[in-house]
Amino acid sequence: MTTSALAGLAILILTLVVTAPLLGRYIYRVYSDEHQSRETKLNKVERRLLTWLGVDPNSEQTWKAYAISLIAFSMVSVLFLYLLQRVQNHLPLNPSHLTSVSPALAINTAISFVTNTNWQNYAGESTMTALTQTIGLAVQNFVSAAVGLSVAVALTRGITRHRSGTIGNFWVDLLRSTTRILIPMSALVAIAMVSQGVIDNLTLTKCISTISGGHQCIPGGLVASQEAIKELGTNGGGYFNANSIHPFENPNYITNFIEIYAILIIPFSLPFAFGKFAGRRREGITIFVVMMLMWATSSLLLLHFETSTNQTSLIKADKIVSISGGKVLPEGQDLRISTPSCAIFAASTTSTSTGAVNCALDSLDPAASGVALFDMMLGEVSPGGVGSGLYGILIFAILAVFVSGLMIGRTPEYLGKKIQGAEMKLITIYLLISPAAIMILSAIAVMVKTSKGAIGNPGPQGLSEIIYSFVSTGNNNGSALGGLSSNTDFYNITQAINMVIGRFGLMIPALALAGALAAKQPVPQGTGTFSTDKPLFASILIATIVLVVGLTYFPVLSLGPIVAHLNLAR
Amino acid sequence: MFVVEIGTAFATIDFLATLDKQSSTDIIFAISVLIWLFFTLVFANFSEVVAERRGRAQAASLRSARTSLVARVINGDTITEVPAETLQVGDRCRVSAGEVIPCDGEVIEGIASVDESAITGESAPVIREAGGDRSSVTGGTKVLSDEIVVIVTQEPGKSFLEKMISLVEGANRQKTPNEVALNILLSGLSIILLLSVATLQPFAIFSHSPQGIVVLVALLVCLIPTTIGALLSAIGIAGIDRLVKQNVLATSGRAVEAAGDCNTLLLDKTGTITYGNRQAVAFYPSSSSTERELALAARLASLADQTPEGRSIVELSESLIDKDQSATNIDPSEWISIPFSANTRMSGVDIGGSSYRKGAGDAVASWVVQNGGSIDQGSLDRVSEIASNGGTPLLVAQDDRCLGVVYLKDVVKKDIAARFATMRALGIRTVMVTGDNPVTAAVIAKEAGVDDFIAQATPEDKLSYIRAEQRSGSLVAMTGDGTNDAPALAQADVGVAMNSGTQAAKEAGNMVDLDSNPTKLLEIVEIGKQLLITRGSLTTFSIANDIAKYFAIIPAMFQKVFPALKPLNIMHLTNAHTAILAAVIFNALIIVALIPLALRGVKFRATSSSSILRRNLSIYGIGGVVLPFIAIKAIDVVLTLIGVK
Repeated sequence: MTTSALAGLAILILTLVVTAPLLGRYIYRVYSDEHQSRETKLNKVERRLLTWLGVDPNSEQTWKAYAISLIAFSMVSVLFLYLLQRVQNHLPLNPSHLTSVSPALAINTAISFVTNTNWQNYAGESTMTALTQTIGLAVQNFVSAAVGLSVAVALTRGITRHRSGTIGNFWVDLLRSTTRILIPMSALVAIAMVSQGVIDNLTLTKCISTISGGHQCIPGGLVASQEAIKELGTNGGGYFNANSIHPFENPNYITNFIEIYAILIIPFSLPFAFGKFAGRRREGITIFVVMMLMWATSSLLLLHFETSTNQTSLIKADKIVSISGGKVLPEGQDLRISTPSCAIFAASTTSTSTGAVNCALDSLDPAASGVALFDMMLGEVSPGGVGSGLYGILIFAILAVFVSGLMIGRTPEYLGKKIQGAEMKLITIYLLISPAAIMILSAIAVMVKTSKGAIGNPGPQGLSEIIYSFVSTGNNNGSALGGLSSNTDFYNITQAINMVIGRFGLMIPALALAGALAAKQPVPQGTGTFSTDKPLFASILIATIVLVVGLTYFPVLSLGPIVAHLNLAR
Repeated sequence: MFVVEIGTAFATIDFLATLDKQSSTDIIFAISVLIWLFFTLVFANFSEVVAERRGRAQAASLRSARTSLVARVINGDTITEVPAETLQVGDRCRVSAGEVIPCDGEVIEGIASVDESAITGESAPVIREAGGDRSSVTGGTKVLSDEIVVIVTQEPGKSFLEKMISLVEGANRQKTPNEVALNILLSGLSIILLLSVATLQPFAIFSHSPQGIVVLVALLVCLIPTTIGALLSAIGIAGIDRLVKQNVLATSGRAVEAAGDCNTLLLDKTGTITYGNRQAVAFYPSSSSTERELALAARLASLADQTPEGRSIVELSESLIDKDQSATNIDPSEWISIPFSANTRMSGVDIGGSSYRKGAGDAVASWVVQNGGSIDQGSLDRVSEIASNGGTPLLVAQDDRCLGVVYLKDVVKKDIAARFATMRALGIRTVMVTGDNPVTAAVIAKEAGVDDFIAQATPEDKLSYIRAEQRSGSLVAMTGDGTNDAPALAQADVGVAMNSGTQAAKEAGNMVDLDSNPTKLLEIVEIGKQLLITRGSLTTFSIANDIAKYFAIIPAMFQKVFPALKPLNIMHLTNAHTAILAAVIFNALIIVALIPLALRGVKFRATSSSSILRRNLSIYGIGGVVLPFIAIKAIDVVLTLIGVK
């Protein structure tokens, strides 16, 4: 591990620790009742807009109404995106004369962007027109993140409200998430990116003659603006196929830092907003610390495996391209932003359901890709996707309270809300549904002949590639290990199913839980209460998350990345 | 457990079907695994059986009381003898001395002393009489003297005793809310591990190392939370059992669990917090007398007084006066004792021309004035001071002389303040309920260290207090005995009726304390907590065990194809067969090993929640991770020694 990498990590952590509480406070203000009812100019405009759209901005919804609104909105979004891709050849802004996207790929892509997964079975520049990217995919980059934020806020309300039948209004939350958080922040990030040379133009394609007399066409586009929300909304779908290693997306160290920061800042600030809602700062801090510890551990592990693996074994495995003048040139990396930042970037995107990449993960030590895989298996809670990270970790927190809370001799309670049969049912469904889909679909994939043909590498690494693709889509990450040629009908459809289950299969129980908890009368807190704002609870929470995930995936992990790594190390 | 049954059956069938294709070591291995899987099932059922057996022993002693009783039912003027089982609600039976009461009911005629030792274990007989708060009788108890008429209030088979018997036997045990929630989690965990193991086969085939069904079932059984699954109902039965040992009968497991959850305890002052009567604690002589003189006079005035207050004055005076000077020297024929009356509000004695009186301040004062004397200001001040401190002042006088004041006080039980402090550490509020005026109540409340009190409490006050607490989310436990307690007992989440109380109170509550000891509420709460702790600790332990089992089985399964996996075999188990077998054996034996703990309950110390958590977490959480590593290794060593290949 190099000192420069550790220093970079330290600066990043420091920046997050300083800015996350501030943003958390701002986010709280965006959603809190008292600020919503205030008569500011912006509020008035917003209310008029909502009324015009047929939404009563003052009415609240039960969890069912909230969930129905959310599902309806998402279904319309999927339909729109699908149609847009199918007819893009007839629409403007298509200078390269791209054809209509095939049905299976269009479904996969539509669902992928609506579920905030941004798994891409295509190369952006050669498949999607600028129009599709801008009014289709980029819009979903905003609203799919806003949907995640809404559910997180709804669950927060559920936990912190008392005897309430409602958990907020989906349309109000959706609008506010977009206009008050995502759009302003994206504007700031985009400007910063442009200042560092990230392109943002409508030139679209520029063809030039190269020095050697060749002819080359270089695609342009509205990259910086999409890049900003790609990271902030933990989306990860790149404008270009090469994603964050493309010089137009990520030209230098500074943009690289900005990108990592943009990926992490919203998920890390949400616990502070939660603490504000609960009226207990320490509760929020505890969640923040847990997320931070898990993310930092993952970064360090990736750094370790990336920098310390025996180089001769890497050469043997054909993973080092060449050694010239004593300098190692690892495969799949760009020296412009070199190894350490690749590890931290990988840890950050896999821990946040972003899935953007700035190096080829398939070329890393299998143990490193194993860590990335485990990050996603955690269910994206360290710190997780925008919104989904918070509601995911809150559900783990309630599980941790349930198991260990009994040990103090009381019905377990989280922030005064008793955790009983009804809640446990929802939590169990939440925790069960995504791993179940992932494992069943992966098992089908390794059994079906057609799908096996898509594997780029044989043996354990091939297994890792399949597992990785389903873990990634099931947890709405979108990061790919590569190697797997998954633009086939089989993968397009199975992944689409997986993404839907991994997104809405979790959101619905989370909202139902919000409804169940909101209706409860809290138990008075005292010395006999299980305290959830202490280091002890933080360690219990980490142990619970790692144990639940570990128990579920250990067999598969040992057959994939663990074997592959140990084979290399021998 | 269902999963284990299906899995074992499936594995057995598969084993038999493929018998001819296997080598002899494989066959021996498969048979051993199957045998131990079978043992796992046996042990799981065994734990429940043991718990029920213990309960049944208790039930048997209860039931022996009620075998083949004959009831003498009154039909107008005639009396017919019928078997007790055929009694209907509303039947009236006559029970005479030496007979056993055939049913739960209420005395509507007569008074009798009843031996209730059959259910309470207390040999001293108790009085049961028509009307009032001591009218209820329990079937199976024996009338010792006199004759009573009892009206049947419970259909046979639904009497308290029978409910109790079926509860300790575990026959109609319903799952408590907490068990329901835990069961959901455990089934969820089982499903996910089932999927994990089921999908492992395709991955294994992909990796060119397909697994035998026996091995997969072994892995599954080791992983799913069989340990806690097997012990869960035993823990519940044992909790009720512990209550019975305390002579408390509960009508449902739910009540026991609720007891652990209580945030507020409503405690009757008398009998729970104080000894139940006022006692003399100090003599304050007037300006014209000495303490000794006062003590002597107070003693004389109280010798004939058989009330607890009077006796306590005599006791206190003994430390101050010499025995030979005591009134026993005086010829009893000269004694004229003056009993207390509501009119005079004083009592005393006339001896040889002298009159001694003790009583309420103003009553004695006017008596002294009548005799031509006067009261010194010091004594009057003392009277009002004691009264304002919540005590009872008694003025003592001899003819026209005021001798001073006796301080009577409600004495708080010795260790009660410390117990309330532990309750507070556990987050439980204690509330004292008393008929005293607010001033008196406040003083005692302060001394006993309760968090709140209800003075001049009426049954309605109690009820509304309970409702207010429940509205704010608290669970309330209380004790009560009178019929007028019934609404509050019914409203409370845990209502403990005293066995000496009325049938209505017993019906309303969800527990009955056979010893009629209201302090027991504190023990009931602790038993409830212990039940929850045991359940939580064993669940944590059970889940934590899985880590070691994975490290035993996974390398064993795939070591052949991937020798690189060797570093995962951190326990250095001998070979694949011993490793898997060791994990399976551990999984079965741990159930047996934990049965005593499940029945006894995890040790409960009344300290703050965080220290309880830290303690249990380190024992059952960390212990649960570490222990199986050691145990599986040990079993592996033994298996290797006996030559398993």
